Amino acid sequence: MRHYIAVFALLAAVYCEEVFNGDQVLRIHAESKKHIQILKELERDVDFGLDFWTNVVSTELPVDIRVPHARLYAIKNFLKENNIPFTVMINNVKELLDREREEMVHNAEMERKTKSFNFAAYHDLDTIYNFMDTLVANHSNLISKVNIGSTYENRPMYVLKFSTGGEKKPAIWIDAGVHAREWISHATAVWLADRIATDFKENRTPVPSILSQMDIYLMIVANPDGYVFTHRSLSEFYRFWRKSRSATSNPKCHGVDLNRNWDAEFGGPGASDDPCAEDYRGPSAQSEIEVKNIANFITDHGNFKSFMTLHSYKQLLMYPYGYVGTDAPDRTELHDVATQASKALNSWHGTVYKVGSIFHTIEQASGASVDWAYLRGIKYSFAFELRDTGEYGFLLPADQIVSTARETWYALRYIMQYVCDHPY
Amino acid sequence: MQSVIRTHLESVSSHSCYATELSFINSSTRRRSPPEWIMKTFCSVWLLLSLVELRPALPVSQETPLACRGPADPALQQPETPEEMDTTGDLEPTHYPARRAATVALHYLNTRHGSPYRVFGLQQVHKASAEDVAAGGRKYSLDFSVTTSPSGSAGPALRCSAEVLFPRTEQHTPPDVQLNCEALQQLNSTAEDEAFYQKYITPDSAVSAQYLPDSYGNMSEDMQPFWRLARVAASFIMLRESSENTEFNMAQVASITQQESSEKQLMLDYVVLLHDLPSQEIIQWKLLASWSPDSGVRVLQMEWQPRCPHATKPPN
Repeated sequence: MRHYIAVFALLAAVYCEEVFNGDQVLRIHAESKKHIQILKELERDVDFGLDFWTNVVSTELPVDIRVPHARLYAIKNFLKENNIPFTVMINNVKELLDREREEMVHNAEMERKTKSFNFAAYHDLDTIYNFMDTLVANHSNLISKVNIGSTYENRPMYVLKFSTGGEKKPAIWIDAGVHAREWISHATAVWLADRIATDFKENRTPVPSILSQMDIYLMIVANPDGYVFTHRSLSEFYRFWRKSRSATSNPKCHGVDLNRNWDAEFGGPGASDDPCAEDYRGPSAQSEIEVKNIANFITDHGNFKSFMTLHSYKQLLMYPYGYVGTDAPDRTELHDVATQASKALNSWHGTVYKVGSIFHTIEQASGASVDWAYLRGIKYSFAFELRDTGEYGFLLPADQIVSTARETWYALRYIMQYVCDHPY
Repeated sequence: MQSVIRTHLESVSSHSCYATELSFINSSTRRRSPPEWIMKTFCSVWLLLSLVELRPALPVSQETPLACRGPADPALQQPETPEEMDTTGDLEPTHYPARRAATVALHYLNTRHGSPYRVFGLQQVHKASAEDVAAGGRKYSLDFSVTTSPSGSAGPALRCSAEVLFPRTEQHTPPDVQLNCEALQQLNSTAEDEAFYQKYITPDSAVSAQYLPDSYGNMSEDMQPFWRLARVAASFIMLRESSENTEFNMAQVASITQQESSEKQLMLDYVVLLHDLPSQEIIQWKLLASWSPDSGVRVLQMEWQPRCPHATKPPN
């Protein structure tokens, strides 16, 4: 149905554009009662051919008039003679219509693209990057794409910024795909991007109110090199790749575990110093360009209030610390928030998540991003391990993507609302 | 790669040649500047050179690794026992020490009662405690619930209790499990198991497949019972290799090749990939398993495999 209206509008625009060629829209600023009187008379004179877009009311409100090309000279002279100030708001109505028409066609195409995007499938990096562009084009009033630097293999690292404006509003960070083989995390983030955009557009609580006070930064692919590598072949050496793709001191082994490379108790137990190991920490903290790019971006921004990272699998919702077993100072509050969030998650499909600190729930881990964020003062830092608990593990069937994404959204939404309600 | 080149070209053209054109326009009022065609040619040549320059910049790491490498014999991996492990007495059921012990109990349960249409999974740990034992090991007492697959979390959960003993010896010794689940005795071979057996015990049956499931989580319905059988067979390995510092799961069946049936047993050659959560390693094992509804699953041969990146099939 919307399609037909769009086509009709298109035809109308084409027909009308010639009629409006050369017309201008003037904005009149009446300054006295006399001005108002004059304008009201103009308004009453229908034969003169002026098209009043706003009515003449008072000196408080400007009056917009579309003036046919043939009348332009006469009207401008008349206004000048009566000392009524005006500005040219639209220089040529036809041009404006042309631009609008182009935009309409473009938007319809973009909308078709996002509507036809298959969220229930795993996509390669190029497809995801194209999706980002389509989403930005379709929601340009809300979303922009930020390039925060390049990967080891020189791929761009993009963050989607959801913002209703303002200068460095308090912000929420969500990343996915730190570990390449955890495909459900990228797929979930793609769905989330679309969901946040749609909720904002359709004015669905609480997204508009959250975005009125905070910005959301969503990084769908934090490890593009690794992700591309997992697509190179069905062979397990590629599909189960976890790390980055940097060269190491061992020519036979590549890559660093991007979640052991952060400057948070780097070098402690809970990571390996063997380049061939899956949890190789790297030669030094932030040695990996991917980690450096994200860390620098967040530090330079300086106003992040929440940091969340999506991984798989095991169905866990965790908070700091990973590097040590002692409780974080905010442990009680973080545990409560995580517990409530996991209940919200559970309400969608009955999926059960366990809640606890990284150290106690999964294992000791040093150099983890969540610890880094927390130690930097970003209080509401959480790590998700998405579906499942081991049946399919990293190879979660695509028909579970949307369900997983939705339940994850319920948890994230809860946390974001909480963060928004508890400024610090 | 294309998008990398495209992005580079965009950034190049938006900087150098555009700036060159601008300076041409600006300088024309001050003094005579080179004719336009020279500028255009210059820009085109510049772009061509950039394209050529890009090729050596392609990462060496994209080439296939030269040699096979594998983790050290997993049985030799004995990292220091983290502080969490030394707690004696009641354990937090959601924390990993209890979960790892329960996982071991699950491996044991699967070796005893797993079949093509019944694989057990951990639903949750209700209670757990641990104590050091005289001989130098650590014994976990567990109260937990398990699910059966297929039917997964939708099906009824079984309540189990178990004692898992991890010997702390110089050389790795497999854990010892005592297990009790309600209604276990009532678990008979299902009708589906029987039908599956009849279908594939025929002399000319020669099933073979790779990557179950595939990269996208896909698996044909026909292959699912073989995948579950692999899971059960892998449980023998996972049980044997487990310690307090491991948490094994089967990540994928790399390949399955049916062998000639022997003594009324289905004979299956598998290469399975295990995932260990603490180390995040993927470990490859080749095994020969037999199964029949009456005898259950048995593993006749097992062999750890180094991971070869360039091999598309496992070595014979």
